[in-house]
Amino acid sequence: MRYLLVEDNAELADSVVKRLAMDGHAVDHAPTLADADACLRTARYDLILLDVMLPDGDGRDFLARSRAQIETPVIVLTARAQVSDRVGALNQGADDYITKPFDFSELEARVRAVLRRRGGSARNEITLGTALFDPMSGNLRLGEDNVALRNRETRLLEVFARHPGQTFSKGQLLDRLFSFDADVTENAIEVYVGRLRRQIGPLGLRIETVRGLGYRLETE
Amino acid sequence: MIPQISIGRRLTALLAGVAAVLSLLSWSMVSGLARQAAAQSQDNVLAASATTIAETVRSEQGEVRLELPYSAFSMLGAISEDRVFYKVTAGGTLLTGYADLPAPRADPASGRITFQTEDYLGEAVRTASVRRNVLAGTRAVPVDVTVAQTLGGVRAISGQLSRTAAGLSIAFFIVAVGLSALAARTSLRPLNSFAQAVSRRGPSDLRPLRRDTPSELAPLRSALNRLMDRLGQSIRRSEDFIAEAAHRVRTPLATVRTQAEIALRSAPDADARQRLRQIIRAVDESSRSAGQLLDHATVAFRAEDLAQDRMDLGVLVTQTAAALEPTATMKDIRLELDTAPAHVNGDAVLLDSALRNILDNAIKYSPEETTVRIKVRAAEKTARITVSDDGPGLGDGPARALTGRFCRGSNTEGIIGSGLGLTIAAEVLEAHGGQLDLGPNPEGNGTCVTFVLPSA
Repeated sequence: MRYLLVEDNAELADSVVKRLAMDGHAVDHAPTLADADACLRTARYDLILLDVMLPDGDGRDFLARSRAQIETPVIVLTARAQVSDRVGALNQGADDYITKPFDFSELEARVRAVLRRRGGSARNEITLGTALFDPMSGNLRLGEDNVALRNRETRLLEVFARHPGQTFSKGQLLDRLFSFDADVTENAIEVYVGRLRRQIGPLGLRIETVRGLGYRLETE
Repeated sequence: MIPQISIGRRLTALLAGVAAVLSLLSWSMVSGLARQAAAQSQDNVLAASATTIAETVRSEQGEVRLELPYSAFSMLGAISEDRVFYKVTAGGTLLTGYADLPAPRADPASGRITFQTEDYLGEAVRTASVRRNVLAGTRAVPVDVTVAQTLGGVRAISGQLSRTAAGLSIAFFIVAVGLSALAARTSLRPLNSFAQAVSRRGPSDLRPLRRDTPSELAPLRSALNRLMDRLGQSIRRSEDFIAEAAHRVRTPLATVRTQAEIALRSAPDADARQRLRQIIRAVDESSRSAGQLLDHATVAFRAEDLAQDRMDLGVLVTQTAAALEPTATMKDIRLELDTAPAHVNGDAVLLDSALRNILDNAIKYSPEETTVRIKVRAAEKTARITVSDDGPGLGDGPARALTGRFCRGSNTEGIIGSGLGLTIAAEVLEAHGGQLDLGPNPEGNGTCVTFVLPSA
């Protein structure tokens, strides 16, 4: 996906760009509203991440001003969790908001929810062997066969699908699948891998255990 | 305590005082005139009587003779039943009448009538005296006629007139007091409606007053508007300050967290990963605590002057649940809504904050792939929101204690929390005249949290 990040803090912007790139997203960074305007005139984005406090104005005012021209969904990055701010952001045309500091798995969950509300997009489908996987809806299909995955299973399959052939350790999967607010053991990963295996097996997809290293998706 | 001075009462008292003075004045004028008129008519009759008697004096063979005309007294009797005295002297010799009736103090001129008020036989009498020179033979003999009457009748008449005047004055006074009160109320009506317009406003409504006011209230209105403007500015300044402060603190925290996530992705050994996870958890914890402390302060601040907006809890619950849907989905937790219209009066910001804390807890503590049920129902007097989950329940110890500040259940180890969520919810409900009920989920193992609010 292609993101536009409007954020004036250079360190945060750099790290967010890098972090999103790890998940295979392309991110343009605009440090001011003027730059954001220029970016929006020249490129098309799947999503805009908009900071509220910018050197040349309030992100929400920018949103209210240019909402009519921008069709791209917007998630506002706010430093305040207070309701009045949230309501303000939503009233001015934001699709959702997320409070700094944010969990990238929550950001992704919100992005998916926003895109789903906006009608989704078919071009995000990933080909796995002979099957088609939509990480947005968690739908996996092969001809007539249709498998609906739960969120955790979808995220797990997405990790494998975005990095074909790569082996992931239980620890790596744990970091990608679970947020950090709860203690989860690596046993949980075994449970989800087992369930995913049962779900995707009939479509000719296999998750192999690489002894001592972790798991890998086999599409043959 | 500063005594409450009522302008209305003062105005009424002032107008009533003026009316009292006017009543008293009119009464004294009327009774004075009445007394004067009664005395005047008595004088007239006395004068006529004395003159009539004097006319009948004639000289006969050098002697002064007198025949008292009956009419001279009957006209006196017409005024009242007062006693009448008379005395006629010719050249100092008593012709007829009461010898000791006081004579005029000064020698009256011929033909002029003199009036006096004297004491006679222990009573006040009014006398009229006239002198006529009668030719007896060759001498002119001065004949003095004095007619007197007691003052009872005159006093009775003037007393009666005075009483009538007093009655009228009192009636006038009563009517005037009533009209004064009415006038005070009418002229204070703009002030009252102005005061009502100010007090009807919500706690956060600092817009300038635009209503038409009488010119006397214009300075008050502009002073109020200036005050509200300054207050608004100072609130905006402190809100801007909080926003700026939050921004300054949270942006670097976001950087730390993002960098830690990036490092975690590429960290090969378990020890480094463990440390990075701890960093992320610490960032999350501080951010969460800061947010809840701010929420808690907001509750305390807004509860002091609670907004009373009418709203449907069903709508509020639907909106709040929608905002938390993505976080629930991450754990494959279903938020099951069952709402009916339930109207309450209150502060939507606070109620949303309370509900968000409860739902956040429910999602946080529930196992994966469970359902959180949110029900909204309205009864006759109360509206209820129940949130039930399949989480670990409230742990040991009294449930009520969990609403205390920074109190956490006995079974919350390993889950990030500040211990303020339930406190915030309980305080919000208390401020709304409702309550937060905590108990086990009757249809499962988890917790059931109930918001009880008075219906609107």
